Order: sequence, then structure tokens, then C-alpha cells
Amino acid sequence: MIGLLSYLVFFLILALVFGIAVLGLNLQWGFTGLFNAGVAGFMAIGGYTHAILTGPAREPVLGGFELPFAVGLLGAMATSGIGALLVGLATLRLRHEYLAVATFGIAVSIQLTFLNWAWLSGGVLGLIGLPNPAKTYLEGSLAQNLAYLAAVVLIAGAAYWAMQRLVGGPWGRTLRAIREDELAAASLGKNPVRIRLEAFVLGSMLMGLSGALYVGFIGYVGPLDYLPIVTFQIWTMLILGGSGNNKGAFLGAVVVWAIWTGSGFVISRLVPPELQAQSGAIQAVLIGLILVVTLLIRPRGLIGERLEVSRHARS
Amino acid sequence: MTALLQIERLTAGYRPDMPILHAVSASLSAGEIATIIGPNGAGKSTLIKAVSGLVTVTAGRVLLEGQDITATPPHRLAPAGVAYVPQTGNVFTTLSIAENLSMGAATLPRRQARARIEAVCADHPMLAERLGEKAAVLSGGQRQILAIARALVTQPRLILLDEPTAGLAPRAAAELFAVVRGLVTAGAGVLMVEQNAKAALRISDRGYVLAEGRNRAEGPAAALLDDPEIGAIFLGQRRAHGASATPDTAAETGR
Amino acid sequence: MILQHIADGILTGAIVSLGAIGLSFSMKILRFANFSHSELLTWGAYFALVLYILHRLVGEPLGGALGPFSFGLPIVGAAALSIVATAALAIALHRLVFARLERRAGAMTMVFASFGVALLLRNLVLLIFGPDPIYYNTALQFAIRLPGGVRVLPDQIFVLGVTIAVVIGLHLFLTRSRAGIAMRAVAENPDLAAVSGTDTGRVILWVWVIGAGGAALAGLFYGMTVQLRPELGFGLILPLFAAAILGGVGSLYGAVLGGLIVGLAENLAVMVIPTGYKPAIPFLLILAILYLRPQGIFGSTGERT
Repeated sequence: MIGLLSYLVFFLILALVFGIAVLGLNLQWGFTGLFNAGVAGFMAIGGYTHAILTGPAREPVLGGFELPFAVGLLGAMATSGIGALLVGLATLRLRHEYLAVATFGIAVSIQLTFLNWAWLSGGVLGLIGLPNPAKTYLEGSLAQNLAYLAAVVLIAGAAYWAMQRLVGGPWGRTLRAIREDELAAASLGKNPVRIRLEAFVLGSMLMGLSGALYVGFIGYVGPLDYLPIVTFQIWTMLILGGSGNNKGAFLGAVVVWAIWTGSGFVISRLVPPELQAQSGAIQAVLIGLILVVTLLIRPRGLIGERLEVSRHARS
Repeated sequence: MTALLQIERLTAGYRPDMPILHAVSASLSAGEIATIIGPNGAGKSTLIKAVSGLVTVTAGRVLLEGQDITATPPHRLAPAGVAYVPQTGNVFTTLSIAENLSMGAATLPRRQARARIEAVCADHPMLAERLGEKAAVLSGGQRQILAIARALVTQPRLILLDEPTAGLAPRAAAELFAVVRGLVTAGAGVLMVEQNAKAALRISDRGYVLAEGRNRAEGPAAALLDDPEIGAIFLGQRRAHGASATPDTAAETGR
Repeated sequence: MILQHIADGILTGAIVSLGAIGLSFSMKILRFANFSHSELLTWGAYFALVLYILHRLVGEPLGGALGPFSFGLPIVGAAALSIVATAALAIALHRLVFARLERRAGAMTMVFASFGVALLLRNLVLLIFGPDPIYYNTALQFAIRLPGGVRVLPDQIFVLGVTIAVVIGLHLFLTRSRAGIAMRAVAENPDLAAVSGTDTGRVILWVWVIGAGGAALAGLFYGMTVQLRPELGFGLILPLFAAAILGGVGSLYGAVLGGLIVGLAENLAVMVIPTGYKPAIPFLLILAILYLRPQGIFGSTGERT
């Protein structure tokens, strides 16, 4: 019973942490129509920033600041936001499909940088031994994880509330207006480029926050956690949950993460350990299937806004 | 006798939920030119596209010599004897003139295709001289000639022209109208949309007036030209911007 | 030293070109960025492997190596069958996924779907063949010394020769055959092509077949000159996109030139930057071209939307 409960807590922490990234992607694609194929890159920036700011000293790697956890989170949002600003200034005027290719390339480049620039990132070994405040003050892994879950719920709730306020308010209306008809919106004195950039930066900050919460929880950051498969997972969560719906972002995160971990569990029971790479492949095949089948039979996702996945695409 | 083209209460548009045409009817006999006129946004071009299968028809029928061709995909219409020359993008600019003509002959057997292209070139020496050049280098009037020539390769029974003189200088427009007149002497029927309404009606046998996607008036071209109300509203004569006449009053005059 | 890098760059470039031709055509004619195109390279390479192994199981190998090359007739036959198999796979993907989405959704939905398809294809290879690198053949080959101290393997010269032949063949197809002219016409203006009597659905099948054929060859050549891995195609996503965008989507010679530029840039860059950053080079090329000349080197701005 306790085992099941602790597993559930563990599961929920990660699902909600991913949900925050999906929320950010939903702002970019669901509400603004920006195709960001580099989600993993922004999560990586957030994760590494958090690790560097809060982690212990470790020669010859940059670090030893040992700043508070919350500062790590804020720092992660700041750096991923700055990263998104630079990326956005360089790419947001591109057409959809070129934006997808460019952001995909950015994520690959970011991952390569963390893989190769050992002074900054610890190289392929990554950064380990990161402090988790829940573990500092509490005894027992269940209590620690419950505390972390409470913090994640609070942060995810705050992010959800902020997003709902934003997209429901005048800024959100402008977003939709630009997405539906850019020329008309521009003629009303709105600056589409600027608003798009704002949405891109804000969404990427949520991805950075998600990356930081992930790293803070598992106490480790490494370059192999930010391969493009992460981007595909986050996208699948958004499409399945329903693009353009903030509740759908979390719903998709929970469902897809449940399928991912559930299938991983079943496979680990059935497949001998020496075929580990193959069992990972089955999980990835499942994600691919979910994405394709959702698009084919339920393009709005479980609780999507309207048929927006397709409507504002270039015809 | 069956009409060459019979359009019966056609409702159509780019999206099924937003029709642009509302129950529009028209007909055309072989050897005739019919011109559709009307203000901008009346649905003139949409009518031609609906006949050629490029927009979704939600109600009504299109008959070609009595055969229902309503839901026929565009590429099946060319072999059935229908040729369509759009207003913009009427030639393949990245293809040579010879390749443009061979695109028109795509549905013919190779030997016949070659013979037809030669025949069309014989009628238009301008094209014959420049077969190897890219269509992009042609002027607007020359492109229109090439577009019509490409359409004629298959010897169509029905030719649909969408604003053939748009953007042409008056002399080029007059030459083009002469070409259009020549088409029907060979027995084909021409359905044409024209902004240049008066000049178009002068070479036409019938005219249809569309407004807001509905039939407003129709009749022999000469009668429409003489009709003072039509003249005032649609042909840019004296009272072109007059407040007293509305398109609705014009509807009564034509029928 | 620099000459050796240039020689290696041209070889890499030839493989990238073969893969990029199909991607470029599909971006232009199918009108979406197909992230799963590079997986066709992987499948082409493994199809050839399977056919090659099957052949050896059947009986005596058909003859030895051809001349100075590491391979014999069997691999040539396997290559031909692999092209057919990869084209069949591409048509199946089109029929099962992309054509169904195309009718009711926009270009970006097709891109999502290509993400999913890429994930499926790549991991199916991983599932079936495992993660370890495989070689068609481990026979030793003696390098040929060219003037300037450049060393190339006979296989590499073969790859270059076939690439040139394929490009010439495609050029003739596009300019002489009805299907090729129709393909160029559909690329420019699908509506006009349709009303002229061209069945655009058939042209789209041609695009998939040509793209898959080029991808199968590129994958096979990568397997011959480097190795087979499940991530073979995945690692080439950015080089392929870079080549297609650099050259201008829809342009045969653009894709070839783009591929050569990407190959040369990757191989020359390692003289100045650490090798670990090499995979970022194509991305930098993409950014540069989108800034300087978004339509690519040979691309036209196009009169249509």
C-alpha cells in the first residue's frame, strides 16, 4: 500500500513537472501558433541553470554557489527566458516549417553545448549531488516526496492560474486576434512580432522552470536527459491533451506519462535486462503511435479548444 | 436541343459552411460566348471555379451536354472537353513555353499531342518562335495567349476564361477579344468573366449579371448593353455611382 | 590536410545530396517539412542489409568483390531491391497517414505526424536490430592515393559516381518525361496542373517514390562508407534540411549543391572547432541562409502563395 502510494507520488511529481512544460508549449503553439520543435533545449537550459546555481562546488567545473532552491528556479526561468529572447529574435519571422527546423536545430545545439562544454556542465557525466530541500528537512522518502509534490502542485497551480489569467485577458485576446488574422490585428495597432516574441519567451520560461523542477527532484542533470525524444514527448502530451486548452496540457501530461512509465514497467517485467535498449524502443514506438493516431482520429485531442491544430496552419 | 453547359441552382464556396454562390443558374450553347459581369465579390470567378471543380459545390448541378459533371475532380474535366484559364497564375512560369503546351496535352496520346501542339503553334507564331524560353519572360498579354493556347491543345468543347484581359493594355485586350471570338467560330462555347464588361458584352451572345452570389439579371448581350439600369450600375455609365439605383432594382429589368 | 578534408566533405556531401533531393521535392510539392524523411535512409540501409543477409543464407555468394570495391554483385542487387522496398514503405506511410491528414488538416499537422512517424520508424529499427553498429562487410580495402596526398577508398569513388549518375538521370526525368514535367508543374501551381488534366495524386506518389529511392541509396552508401546504426537517419535530419533549404526547396541542383556545401562545411569546420560541435554546423548554415536568402540559392520566390 505504502509502496503504491509512494509510486503514485513519484509519478505525479514528474507528470506535473512535465505538465508545466506542456503549459508553456500550449502558450506558444495552442494560443500563438508558434511551432517550437526545441522544447528539450529550453528545459535543458533551465535544468543546468538550476544545477549550477544550487549545486555544491566541484573543481574544475563552474559552481559552488549553493544558492537557495527558489533562486535556482527563478534563475532557470531567467536564463531560459533570455535564451528564448535570443532565439526568438533570430527565428520568429520565419515561416512555420522553417521555425520548426530552426528550433529543432537550436535544441540539438544546446544539447551539444552541454555535452561538450565540460567546464559549464560537467560534460557527459553531468552534475550530481544537487540538494533537494525536502530531503534536507524531512526524514523518510515518502514524506520527502510528498513535500516536493506539494511544492510542485503549488507551482503548477500558480502557473496554470497565471496562464488562464493571461490568455483570458486583453493580452490573450490580442494573441488570438493575431493568430486568426495577423494583418487585421496589425491594422488595429497591435505589434504581432512583439506579442509573438512575448509568448515565445514566456512559454520557454515555463519550460525552463519545468527543467529546473525535474533536476531539483532527481538531484542530477546530464546531457542525455535532453535528447529530442523529450521534445516529442512534450508535443505528444499537448496534442493528446488538446492544443489550446490549459487543462488539456496537464491532462495530456498525466496520460502520456502514465503510458510511458506504465509501458516501461510492463516491459521491464517481460524483457530481459540485456535488451534494455530495445525496451526503450517499445516505449518510443508507443509515443509515436499515440501522436499519429491522435492526429488521425481525434485531432482536437481529449479536450481541445476547437479544430485549431489545423486551422491556422498555412494552407 | 441540349445546351453545351447547363448550370442549375448552384450553391458553392471555398468552405462548405460558407457558400459564396447561392442557387446560381446559367446556360450556354455551342458556338456561343456568354459573359458574367457583376461587382467585385459577386462570385463571378467562384462560378467559373465551381464549374471546373476547384471549389466545393454543396447544392445544384453542372451539366455538360446533359452529363452531370458536378463532383468531377478537376483533372478529369480536361479529357471531358472542358478547359479553364484562370485569371492569375495562368501559365507555369518555371516551365518553358513548349513544356507549358505539353502540360495542356498531358491527357493526349504522345503522337496526337505532338500534332496538336504543332497546330496550336501554327496559329500563334509568337509561341512557335520562343518554344524553349521560360514562360516567366512573357508579357501579360503573351502569357494570356499562351494560357489560351495551352487550353486549346485538347480542342475543348467548353472554354472557361477568368478575366482574360485583366491588366492588359487596351490594344492587347482588343487583340485578345479577337482571339476569343475566333474560338467560337470553331464551334466551342466560351464562358467568360470580365471586369471590362462593356467590351466583353460586345463580343458576347449572352450576358449574366451576378451580385452577392445570386443571379441579378440575364439576357442577350446586346439587350444588357442597351439596358440603362444595367449600364448605370454595372457598366460604369453615367450614373455609375448614383445613389438612386441599387443592384436590387436592376434585377427586375433583366427578367 | 585541407585537401583530405575537402575530399571527405565531397563524399559526405554526395550522401547528403541524395537524401536531400527527396526532402527538397517533398517540402515543395507535398508542402510540409517531413521530419520522418531521414528515417527512410535508415530503412533503406537496413532493407539492403536484410536482403544481403538473405542472399548469403540461400547459398553460395554470387561471385566475389567487384574489382577494387569491398562489395560484389549481391550488394548491388540488394540496393536495387532496397529502393523498391523503401518506396513501398513511403507509399504506405503516405496512404496510411499523410494523405488522410492532408485532406482535412493543414501543413503543421503533417509536421506533427511526421514527428510521430519518425519516432515509430527509428525505434522499430532499434527494436529489431538492436543498438549496436553493423557493417555490410568487414573486408579490408586499400585506399587510393591521389595527388596532394589525398587518400580515398574505391567505395567512396563508387558512391560519388552513382550520385552523379542519379542526378543526371533525375535531370533527364524532370526535363524530358511527362511525369517529370508534370512534377515541376505541380510544384509551381497544383490547381493549374489539375485543370490542365494532370492527376496531382499520381504526381505526389512520384514524389514519394523518388524521395524514398534517393533516401535508400543515401542510407546504403552511409552504411557502406561509415556504418549502420538505428540513428543513422536521425543524425542526418539537420544536414538534410540544411541542404534542402540552402539549395532552395524544389530544386534538384539546389539540393545537390546544398548537400555539397553541408558536407564541406562539416568537414572543414573540424579544423577550427572541436569535433563534438560538428553536428551544429548544418544548423548554423540553416540560420545563415534563412537570413541572407530565405528562398535558397536556386529557389524562386514563386508567384504563388
